[in-house]
Amino acid sequence: MEAIEKIKEIAAQVVPGAKIEIINSTPAAQQPALLVDREHIYAVGKFLKEDPRFQMDFCSCVTGVDYLPKADKPGCIEVVYHLYSTTQKQGPIVLKVRAPRELEQCHVPSLTPLWRSCEFQEREAYDLYGVKFNGHPDLRRILMWDEFTDFPMRKDYTPPADYEWEPTPHDDTLDRAVQEGGIMPPTAREELERAKKK
Amino acid sequence: MAVDEGLKSELQKQGIFVLPFEQLYNWGRKSSIWPLQFGLACCAIEMIASAASRYDLARFGAEVFRATPRQADLMIVAGTVTKKMAPQVVRLYNQMPEPKYCIAMGACAISGGPFKDGYNVLKGIDRYIPVDVHIPGCPPRPEALIHAIMTLQRKIANQHLEKNQRPRWYDKNEASEYPIPSYGGHDLQPPANLEVWQPPRNYRDVTLDEVKKA
Repeated sequence: MEAIEKIKEIAAQVVPGAKIEIINSTPAAQQPALLVDREHIYAVGKFLKEDPRFQMDFCSCVTGVDYLPKADKPGCIEVVYHLYSTTQKQGPIVLKVRAPRELEQCHVPSLTPLWRSCEFQEREAYDLYGVKFNGHPDLRRILMWDEFTDFPMRKDYTPPADYEWEPTPHDDTLDRAVQEGGIMPPTAREELERAKKK
Repeated sequence: MAVDEGLKSELQKQGIFVLPFEQLYNWGRKSSIWPLQFGLACCAIEMIASAASRYDLARFGAEVFRATPRQADLMIVAGTVTKKMAPQVVRLYNQMPEPKYCIAMGACAISGGPFKDGYNVLKGIDRYIPVDVHIPGCPPRPEALIHAIMTLQRKIANQHLEKNQRPRWYDKNEASEYPIPSYGGHDLQPPANLEVWQPPRNYRDVTLDEVKKA
């Protein structure tokens, strides 16, 4: 398969106007990804699927990533597609597309019309990250119940306030127990023995 | 029962058993606990192993896993109960006829286990239905499940049929159904049935009198 730079070049020629960027995570990943703008992700996907050089006929994985806003850049929700070719036995090509974190604007085009395997996985990404897929045939929650209103894999998700004291706390429960002064208490039996001595 | 022990044993040698009806009745009940055929996660694999030939739950009369709650006496909650599944579990328990029992099998079913802090996992099925035997373990070995069944058998053997001690299900007014939680925007509503479950309390707040009473 061609190098990622070459793929980017070819895709940019075939899909005019597409803003494609190569994303190399730090440290550099084995699989650099192509970040495509929302308007052209469908065209780039279609090209990768149909072009005889690539024939990416299989989308193995769709997932979301939540980037919180930092001081120098705004946050975003990123959707990642892993594409493979079963006919040419090559891949993956990693496609990424980003959308703003605000729920009203958080939408990207669905790639389900291209790859049928995206259907459930896009539903999962919608369920957990709240990113809407325009053109998805049946976009509803898949893991959480329909009445659920939150998107639990987002980093700013707050779980229901169901703290309760437990004898062996850890993590958040431990912090909370320390705050409330309820950590390392004398056990009930010790208390009873102390009372007996008196 | 005013039967001389010596006479009783002598009669037994002749194949005549003298025993209270209650004992016979409970012997029959405890020797044919039919569990509901229902598993939620990896604990179910251990439950299946217990029922298969190596551990052979049939030795305890509990091998008849019924595929309908209408014919089941025992619900083995084997595995993680997600919040999405919890209403269905309670509904199945409601659909079982009395007398019915519940074993919470494994860390998840008794407390949420490793997923306790998760947004999607119920922190123990005892929040919605009364549990007779809790088995810790992740997952518990088949021996542990067999031990739980034997514990339940002892519990059944000790239940009385007399008027003031008779079991709950003989009272027409006692509810044998438990409220099914509904799906809320953030969590199940209500998050627990406080009639069957009370939140754990800090040791600090437990008074000496309560400890003595326990």
